Amino acid sequence: MEKSRKGSLNRRGFLKGAAVGAAAGAAGMVVETPNAKAEPAGQLQRGAAPPPSPAQLAAETEPVSQQIDVLRTIDDPGSDFMVDVIKSLGFEYVASMPGSSFRGLQESFINYGGNQAPEWLTCLHEESSIAIADGYFRVEGKPMLAIAHGTVGLQHAAMTIYHAFCAHTPVFIILGNHLDATGRRPGVEWNHSVQDATAMVRDYIKWDDTPHSLQHFAESAVRAYKIGMTVPTAPTVLVADGHLQEAPIEDRSRLHIPKLTRTSPPAGDPGAVAEVAQLLVGAENPVIVGGNVARSQQGMDLMVELAETLQVPVRGYSRNMPSRHPLSGGGAIGAADVILGMQVEDLWGTVHNMRDLPEKTFSRRTQPGTKLISIDSNDLFIKSNYQDFQRYAEVDLAIAADAEATLPSLIEACKRLITGDRRRVFEERGKTLSAAKDRALAGARTQAASGWDASPVSTARLWAELWEVVRNKDWALVNGGSPPLWNFEHYHQTIENVGSNGAAAVGARLPIAVGAALAHRKYGRFCVAFQTDGDLMCAPGALWTAVHHRIPMLFLMHNNRAYHQEVMHLQRMANWRQRAINTAGIGNDISDPDIDYATVARGMGLYGEGPISDPSEVGPALRRAVERVENGETALVDVVSQPR
Amino acid sequence: MRFTIFLILATVMISVLGGMSAAQAPDTAPRGDAENGKEIFASYGCYSCHGYAAHGGPGGRIGPSPYTFSGFSAYVRQPAGVMPLYTSRVVTDQELADIYAFLQSLPRPVPAESIPLLNN
Repeated sequence: MEKSRKGSLNRRGFLKGAAVGAAAGAAGMVVETPNAKAEPAGQLQRGAAPPPSPAQLAAETEPVSQQIDVLRTIDDPGSDFMVDVIKSLGFEYVASMPGSSFRGLQESFINYGGNQAPEWLTCLHEESSIAIADGYFRVEGKPMLAIAHGTVGLQHAAMTIYHAFCAHTPVFIILGNHLDATGRRPGVEWNHSVQDATAMVRDYIKWDDTPHSLQHFAESAVRAYKIGMTVPTAPTVLVADGHLQEAPIEDRSRLHIPKLTRTSPPAGDPGAVAEVAQLLVGAENPVIVGGNVARSQQGMDLMVELAETLQVPVRGYSRNMPSRHPLSGGGAIGAADVILGMQVEDLWGTVHNMRDLPEKTFSRRTQPGTKLISIDSNDLFIKSNYQDFQRYAEVDLAIAADAEATLPSLIEACKRLITGDRRRVFEERGKTLSAAKDRALAGARTQAASGWDASPVSTARLWAELWEVVRNKDWALVNGGSPPLWNFEHYHQTIENVGSNGAAAVGARLPIAVGAALAHRKYGRFCVAFQTDGDLMCAPGALWTAVHHRIPMLFLMHNNRAYHQEVMHLQRMANWRQRAINTAGIGNDISDPDIDYATVARGMGLYGEGPISDPSEVGPALRRAVERVENGETALVDVVSQPR
Repeated sequence: MRFTIFLILATVMISVLGGMSAAQAPDTAPRGDAENGKEIFASYGCYSCHGYAAHGGPGGRIGPSPYTFSGFSAYVRQPAGVMPLYTSRVVTDQELADIYAFLQSLPRPVPAESIPLLNN
């Protein structure tokens, strides 16, 4: 791109001009003009400010003297180079609520960068910006950029950053900040500046830096991307200094954007993998528990291959196995002789029971002698302050490696050990597990039939009605877990694998769903979100963002008019203490007035229907909403539902 | 052997006192007010685990109760698992009878096979 140098100044000239201007300004504060009348200090009341003099008023309102030689235009600001760096990393979108500490960067993204790759997403809360980026990664497998003020913006964003950290989502975050105090505008810019911007979130990100030069920015940006995307993945933060953004680039020819080379995920040590294979092949009742294993369809395919090779049940997240696969979700921890935990968030909790009673009691679920194996990349990265790592699990064999990357060698090692006798044992085990799977599905259907015509509408009815309208489409569920009667065949059909609930942060689910639906949009998938009321009301502006950016998706409100989990907790406390058990709604109910979510949605440009209390009206309303979504709209159907 | 016999006897006793299905049980439930039971079921928070229609949730389906009143009462007063304990200080015997009457007044679930949406 050809750069015009007309009217521009170099850095030395800029500083000289700034010094002249500053001197003139300082002089203006003390020189008394002929019209100004000095007020004797003794005549002022204590605490009263003198009225501005005519000279001071003139200084505030008159144009700045044209005689002062100051830099008035910039042709090649630092933020343009920052945008070049960001573009080199392949970001599709940048999610942000605007803020003056990154005004230079925002202008560069839009005018210099052409608002393409990345395209600016207008967000109404920094909590939403981060979560939209979180949801996008869960589908696309690459990070989205999110930008926020280094102070007030980050304070808003902190919760969803922690949520992303617990979910191992590599959101790439840039914070605006003015470190040089002498360059800050008086007033609010001081409130929006901080010595160490990242300090408040450093406990729950993977890496951060505060570059002091543009070259430093380039290298740290590439490093932040690489570190964030290296397994175990996590958010990273880069501070974009306000002066670096706004000042002209001294010499472009001296700047260089480093090449990004992604780090391959660590696979398990071959000797240890062979030992795991020996235990699995020799086991009578092995169980695999899968956490955040599959990162792609290939990961799911590999997990299916391992399960079928051994005819072993796979429990855990639904992104690891097709939900109706005969080996999906079966087996019993209590009957297992070998348990393989792969990227399991809480392996201790998997093999123990804890009763939430006044006296906490624990019991082991496994038989004596059960072998417990762990393959987990999180053994390679752990922090101290926030306790997301759960209780220490006593395992018999631990492999610090990425589970998906280890699957090919584990499958091969198992195949090498399987004899004809073992294959016959596996076949029989497979038949038993398949029959158990059929019984489990039948049980889920029976359970769903209970309360079928109830009002408020049962959640099982809601799921069934929603399934009916999506099942023949290329669909994706972007919020709501893994309903047992849905047929999840493909990796992309749910986003629940990546860290499951993350930090279980209320308010994160709505914007995560929007980010996920945005990622699905280019593949033409029909996105549905099972949206809870309490979560939506934290930062409902993400609905507007979805409409503004033409993200077609359908929200079905699970409107139980309460923070229902907290209702249960409060009731439990009252029960333990043998006190009033009819007060659990206080502080927890979201009623009086009941929130009309369809109206809220319509107010932000969505198609909205509801509230619906009659279960027979849910299906027709959904079909009308589906038609709207298929025409490119965002729609919401509000259903008053049972608590759970 | 003696232990085995004890286990068998204990199992039989549990079946008689608590596990017997409501349909098989003699009518030993005290008279309850189903309307009042419905109100208590909601205001005392039973719904929070079992649903307003007692159709199930984290706490499972209890409407109509598959247990005799004595079994139902015994479980509420001394539950297994993580269900909170409800003594007579917070739920009186009469209130328990009212809740039971409400549960027994609820329709039985229709078979899942008869609901097309559950068979896709």
